[in-house]
Amino acid sequence: MDMAVVELSRLQFALTAMYHFLFVPLTLGLSFMLVIMESIYVITKRPIWRIITRFWGKLFGINFVLGVATGLTMEFEFGTNWAYYAHYVGDIFGAPLAIEGLMAFFLEATMVGVMFFGWDRLSRRQHLAVTFLVALGTNLSALWILIANGWMQNPVGATFNPDTMRMEVTDFSAVLFNPVAQAKFVHTVSAGYVCAATFVMGVSALYLLRGKYTNIARRSMMVASAFGLASALSVVVLGDESGYALTDNQKMKLAAIEAMWETEEAPAAITLVGLPDVAARKTHGAIKLPYVMGIIGTRSLSGKIDGIEELVLRADERIHSGIIAYDAVETLKADRANVPARAAFEAHKRDIGYAMLLKRYVADPRKADDQLILKAAWDTVPNVPVMFFLFRGMAALGFGFIAFFAMAFYCASACQFSKRWFLKLAVVMIPLPWIAIESGWVLAEIGRQPWAVDGVLPTFLGASSLTVPQVWATIFGFTALYGTLAVIEIRLMIAAIRKGPIEHHEPAIAVQGFAPLPAE
Amino acid sequence: MHIPLDYETLRVIWWALLGVLLIGFALTDGYDLGVGALLPFVGRTDQERRLVINAIAPHWEGHQVWFILGGGAIFAAWPFVYAVSFSGFYLAMFLVLAALILRPVAFKYRSKHADPAWRNRWDWALFVGGFVPALVFGVAVGNVLVGAPFRFDSNLRMTYEGTLLGLFTPFTLLTGLLSVATLALHGAGWLAVKIEDGPVLTRTRAIARIAALASIVLFLIGGVMVAKGGMGLALTGAVDTRGPSNPLMSASVAAPGGWLANYGAHPWMVLAPALGLLGPLVALAGIAKRSGAINLIGTALATTGIIATVGLSMFPFILPSSIDPRSSLTVWNASSSHMTLFIMLIVTVIFLPVVLGYTAWVMKMLGGRITLRDVQTNPDFY
Repeated sequence: MDMAVVELSRLQFALTAMYHFLFVPLTLGLSFMLVIMESIYVITKRPIWRIITRFWGKLFGINFVLGVATGLTMEFEFGTNWAYYAHYVGDIFGAPLAIEGLMAFFLEATMVGVMFFGWDRLSRRQHLAVTFLVALGTNLSALWILIANGWMQNPVGATFNPDTMRMEVTDFSAVLFNPVAQAKFVHTVSAGYVCAATFVMGVSALYLLRGKYTNIARRSMMVASAFGLASALSVVVLGDESGYALTDNQKMKLAAIEAMWETEEAPAAITLVGLPDVAARKTHGAIKLPYVMGIIGTRSLSGKIDGIEELVLRADERIHSGIIAYDAVETLKADRANVPARAAFEAHKRDIGYAMLLKRYVADPRKADDQLILKAAWDTVPNVPVMFFLFRGMAALGFGFIAFFAMAFYCASACQFSKRWFLKLAVVMIPLPWIAIESGWVLAEIGRQPWAVDGVLPTFLGASSLTVPQVWATIFGFTALYGTLAVIEIRLMIAAIRKGPIEHHEPAIAVQGFAPLPAE
Repeated sequence: MHIPLDYETLRVIWWALLGVLLIGFALTDGYDLGVGALLPFVGRTDQERRLVINAIAPHWEGHQVWFILGGGAIFAAWPFVYAVSFSGFYLAMFLVLAALILRPVAFKYRSKHADPAWRNRWDWALFVGGFVPALVFGVAVGNVLVGAPFRFDSNLRMTYEGTLLGLFTPFTLLTGLLSVATLALHGAGWLAVKIEDGPVLTRTRAIARIAALASIVLFLIGGVMVAKGGMGLALTGAVDTRGPSNPLMSASVAAPGGWLANYGAHPWMVLAPALGLLGPLVALAGIAKRSGAINLIGTALATTGIIATVGLSMFPFILPSSIDPRSSLTVWNASSSHMTLFIMLIVTVIFLPVVLGYTAWVMKMLGGRITLRDVQTNPDFY
């Protein structure tokens, strides 16, 4: 394996995925907010709600196309840059991607055309139904993608088949109902809702600060504050933590987030702040809150949370076991009927991925000595300081959103959003959900390293047989293309916000189609 | 879990579904690509171009999902094909993606400013977004017929020994142009049923006549090159159609002219190339009679016939290797596991009709020819 190709492929995947996920959260949340706004329109029949729906719908549309456009890259990038990964786990991982297309994305993309073009072709109820189907499709889409991603974090329901040299499905329902995937789904879509609610709050606050479109802005803020408060609570309360006690890797991720080098007595304390020192394997100046970690991580006062050093020793054992499985597979390649090799393989197959960690250092893992095996075992520790600080940043923002929306909810009834300091705060808040969300993804994916699929396939083995110039070419290409589109998109978004919700048409237009209605 | 269908049957079903997906993509998104490629030529003024753009604007997003679903379904059912083709054709794939990324943005953003320079730029983006994918898809199919330079090691890790420029040979350029001609013809067929009669449609008809003739001629030359150009492989030895998906456990040899063997063994397969030739003729008849419906049926038949011809000629091969015939991917050695194929079949049987159902509903709700007057008056139009 050319490690430069691996690192560049990781860089490209991170760039394209994080860029794609700038647009997805807003789509996830705004689609449901459109449903709420349009429902109010259908129930009350008050034209102002139609204007509100169409205005946010316009911003939704500008954002939506870039989500769709950049999603294309994601669907094919596993093949282009991670070909061995695609072969190795395609039997399981491909299914949720295909189902996503068939069940969710088709719905979302087909309906979005009618949503934009069907205002005067459909009845009010039909149009609302279409808007709802767009929101449903978008969110189902997230469900299937997170089932795929959840499987990478906690690969249930699959086993290695030496005849085909890949992982194959044994229990599809385990893949579907993977608890890590479920937790991730709720956490991720809720974060998207918070993002959209914050966006609507911020843009509306801008209007209120300038005294423009106040009736529209105030109503939009009402919807956003209720929707945002529920979502912000859901992000934190139904956060990602519940999946962390499940597997060795998830435990390792938790230990890294906590910079918990040694196993603590139950119930473990949570570290609020501190300075993790990787070289000394210690965390300096830690301020701890007793009991909390034990309760979050194990939902009990007696459950133990493993520290990094203990988890490394366990990885060391699993590498030794994996080497036996690897040796058996090499025998089976030449002689499929070899009974002792088959038995040895069956006994150790769950550790075969651990043997492959050694391929970073030796071509044949069977040639590794104990020292090299321990080194490989230490590779299973992700980047502790990055994990430690990113998590704290993300969690602080999460609590911040709860406080902000609680305040908004209070303001909605107490002062009708008349306080200027609150409106200014709402504007400043706009970028924060994106920061929290991107941190969340980095945390999840850095935390999974060195694995592409936890305990199954190391990341460095997953890459395609490409050359460094090829990958650089596409990194430059995507960066230039995405960069240009980002500039255009932001400009259009600002222009649309500036233009505001009132639709101006030439007089002739009122004859046919939608006639602008007075807003105030 | 009990699986009521055997592995061999499921593999053939998924081979057929692969064809259904490709044809579904070509029939729906194919005309969007064709319309994009035609745009600068059939529309001269901004109003005319808006007429053309709005003929596909509400639908292209849904249609593009055929492409995405194609990617997902190949990943799920034929992971080897997914891994080898997309990493092998790496830079070509980037070209397609970059062109397709321009397209959604161009549709949405073009109408946001009235500035002619701004609109002109997005029109060319739409042209690139239609022409480049149509060309590269055709070139890729040509390369699949010739075989791609890849081999597997004993861990089934693939190495690819080709370059971007190596993809472009006279034969693959010919298949690329065939793809452009046929999709442009199909795009013109869509415009024939979707926009009002007028200068735009007159120009479209003129281009469609040329495209139809080009499609016929290129398809015939392509056929001769496939027959005489030394292409083709054959399986050797005992073939285990229910065996594990491991290319190294089967064997193939080069068999020049092998892509014609199926037509001798199964004469009914001649139907596919016949449709490929008949379709453009039907389209020409539709153009002559001013019948949009006949025109569109003809272009749909052409598209279906040409894609089916490639699939049937190569069966059971899906992606042959030009440097190591043993590594070639076939229906019998490149699929997912028995269980995955079965689960994915159930999902497809449930959801594909649903998709077709609501797509038809959307087509109905947004049906009818659009006119220059609509373009001028409907505020929702791009």
